[in-house]
Amino acid sequence: MLPIVPDGSDSAPGSRGVYSRYARRYARLVTMPTHTPAASPVPDVTASESTLRRFLHGLPGVDAVGLEARAAALGTRSIKTTAKAYALDLAISMVDLTTLEGADTPGKVRALGAKAVRPDPADRTAPATAAVCVYPDMVPVAKEAVAGSGVKVASVATAFPAGRASLAVKLADVREAVAAGADEVDMVIDRGAFLAGKYLKVYEEIAAVKEACGTDARLKVIFETGELSTYDNIRRASWLGMLAGADFIKTSTGKVAVNATPANTLLMLEAVRDFRAQTGIQVGVKPAGGIRTAKDALKFLVLVNETAGADWLDSHWFRFGASSLLNDLLMQRQKLATGRYSGPDYVTVD
Amino acid sequence: MASAFEYAPAPESRAVVDIAPSYGLFIDGEFTEAADGKVFKTVSPSSEEVLSEVAEATEADVDRAVAAARKAFETWSALPGAERAKYLFRIARIVQERSRELAVLETLDNGKPIKETRDADLPLVAAHFFYYAGWADKLEHAGFGPAPRPLGVAGQVIPWNFPLLMLAWKIAPALATGNTVVLKPAETTPLSALFFADICRQAGLPKGVVNIVTGDGRTGAALVAHPGVDKVAFTGSTAVGKEIARTLAGTRKKLTLELGGKGANIVFDDAPIDQAVEGIVSGIFFNQGQVCCAGSRLLVQESIHDELLDRLKRRLTTLRLGDPLDKNTDIGAINSAEQLARITALADQGEAEGAERWSAPCELPSAGYWFAPTLFTGVTQAHTIARDEIFGPVLSVLTFRTPDEAVAKANNTPYGLSAGIWTEKGSRILAVANKLRAGVIWSNTFNKFDPTSPFGGYKESGFGREGGRHGLEAYLDV
Repeated sequence: MLPIVPDGSDSAPGSRGVYSRYARRYARLVTMPTHTPAASPVPDVTASESTLRRFLHGLPGVDAVGLEARAAALGTRSIKTTAKAYALDLAISMVDLTTLEGADTPGKVRALGAKAVRPDPADRTAPATAAVCVYPDMVPVAKEAVAGSGVKVASVATAFPAGRASLAVKLADVREAVAAGADEVDMVIDRGAFLAGKYLKVYEEIAAVKEACGTDARLKVIFETGELSTYDNIRRASWLGMLAGADFIKTSTGKVAVNATPANTLLMLEAVRDFRAQTGIQVGVKPAGGIRTAKDALKFLVLVNETAGADWLDSHWFRFGASSLLNDLLMQRQKLATGRYSGPDYVTVD
Repeated sequence: MASAFEYAPAPESRAVVDIAPSYGLFIDGEFTEAADGKVFKTVSPSSEEVLSEVAEATEADVDRAVAAARKAFETWSALPGAERAKYLFRIARIVQERSRELAVLETLDNGKPIKETRDADLPLVAAHFFYYAGWADKLEHAGFGPAPRPLGVAGQVIPWNFPLLMLAWKIAPALATGNTVVLKPAETTPLSALFFADICRQAGLPKGVVNIVTGDGRTGAALVAHPGVDKVAFTGSTAVGKEIARTLAGTRKKLTLELGGKGANIVFDDAPIDQAVEGIVSGIFFNQGQVCCAGSRLLVQESIHDELLDRLKRRLTTLRLGDPLDKNTDIGAINSAEQLARITALADQGEAEGAERWSAPCELPSAGYWFAPTLFTGVTQAHTIARDEIFGPVLSVLTFRTPDEAVAKANNTPYGLSAGIWTEKGSRILAVANKLRAGVIWSNTFNKFDPTSPFGGYKESGFGREGGRHGLEAYLDV
């Protein structure tokens, strides 16, 4: 962190530290230990529907034009040579290789697992992906496919992608995935409740899912930003998710028209940055859906680097939810290594 | 385990621009030497490398240029507007086609990052010519009477901070309205104007319509004092602007001045804070703060001062200072040793007067003219750095308690060029904007330019407007 230069003569005596406005608001939150997110870290904020609402609506607003302009400006960074090589490998290591289709079969999931473990059969120096991401019933197959590799198995849950089911059904979904060995659970929030202003319901649901995940599985909370629609909503959802104990906040399911964008990811990176500055708790970010090219992935890494900072440049803290992205990353990697453009025949299809 | 994501150098190629070892004056469609054969050198501020030698125009050369413009005026002003528009459209297209070359050239000669010349200067230059090309055959609908007449020969003197863009702001409306011009680019940045002379030839512009005379302040003085000039347009310092106004007093010449500024960027406690930080950064660090409309005074509501400053400082540590040709460079070089000395002196004075100085940690290159992005906290209205235009990457941070106090402090300056308002409350934007005495007011953004929008100042920031329909008035006999 930077040294803080205190205000000069204008400062009211005896006033405030770094985050004056927030520090007061989060006085209790700051002192909480870092690894007990299942219990509310902010009883005063989450005590009632009205306190939670007041808190979320008290977050600073987001100017859409400015946010998108900043995201676009960072998109003009030119990542070349050594930086590109580093970023491509980093991006590969951050991929949650995903298949979420009604037509998923054990064979398809096994193929995906094999690819996650060794993405480029012709080049053993290519790193493994972070995880494979499947539906809960495919978790046992996926576990077996990546066994012994360090590749994690992530499972979507809570009536993915719509999230329209009772809490009991959602929790059963989660428990089943965790029991089958899922290392990570990607839940969807109840967007209907969020948009209806029932923030406490959303909060309690996330907290309950977090509890069902126990200590074994990390929880990713999907907001479906395309349905939340406004940047103010995305900022509020981000804080809501983090307060309720999310280990990761994730943009989207990949199942709606607007998924991860540079702007909504930038906004969520600002949220995790601010959350850590104020609570000491670091939360990961996962943009998902719509990131298909290596060029796009590199732009997201620039967003991470210049917004949240280098601490998030690790697969433990940043992921790409993607399927076709991996092959483009591999082709770019081959191009960089050989100097020749690769083609789709030189990467595996699955 | 985090490891640093170091961006490898990504320099734009210099090979796209071919700078000749010497350049003459562009008079009556030809490059010619100065009457006494004198030349001066232009250097790259980021390396102090000599880029070229340029002719230094004398009074006799200025006289020749004005005579050429006078002669060309007869036929140029008699052309139908639609014909003049064709030339302007052609110039705009050539600027676009040669934009990469011109961007690299401008970066070399001025020291500003390629990111800015590529993404801001050049697109705006082309847009300006396109915009005024559109007006050329519609002048009777511009609100200045049924058949507005041009003034004659315009003598134009432009600064070094946006060399080609300021040229466009001056030349495009002048030509569209049927005037001819003699333009003097700044002494430290003459090259892009000379490349523009080549573009005029490429576009087949009739001889003498655009003349470029290079030189220092004496050349500029000779131009504005020349009896054959009907209109003077100047962008630059308030001191020189006052001198020009004195010179022109009692003459028939029309005058527009676009001078200095000490823009207030007002951040209320309900501002979109992350975007406000970006706006503060672009307000004062765009073009190394060498912008007349820079938001050089940050007026922040006291209740969010500490939080905002913390965010701002964190953001400033991510600014990348260095080789202006590198596509990842955010902060380039200061334009000249002279300007660097002025910035340094004013910053030192700020420190001596008790303001608290903070600079982003960054390594300055050993050659060239550099100044680290700097901010001062604990600044009051009484500090020199809150009153004098620094024209560099130095931000003075002041606080206020109420909207009325913000307005009073923002207006408490001899200047009145620009201001910014940051709040999520629309009614407050309108209420505050109505009370600010500044020619340009941005809300929830800063340093955004568009050829359709008039630009100019109140008070010691000058008079007359450039851009938009208003910009036509300065070149019409109304």
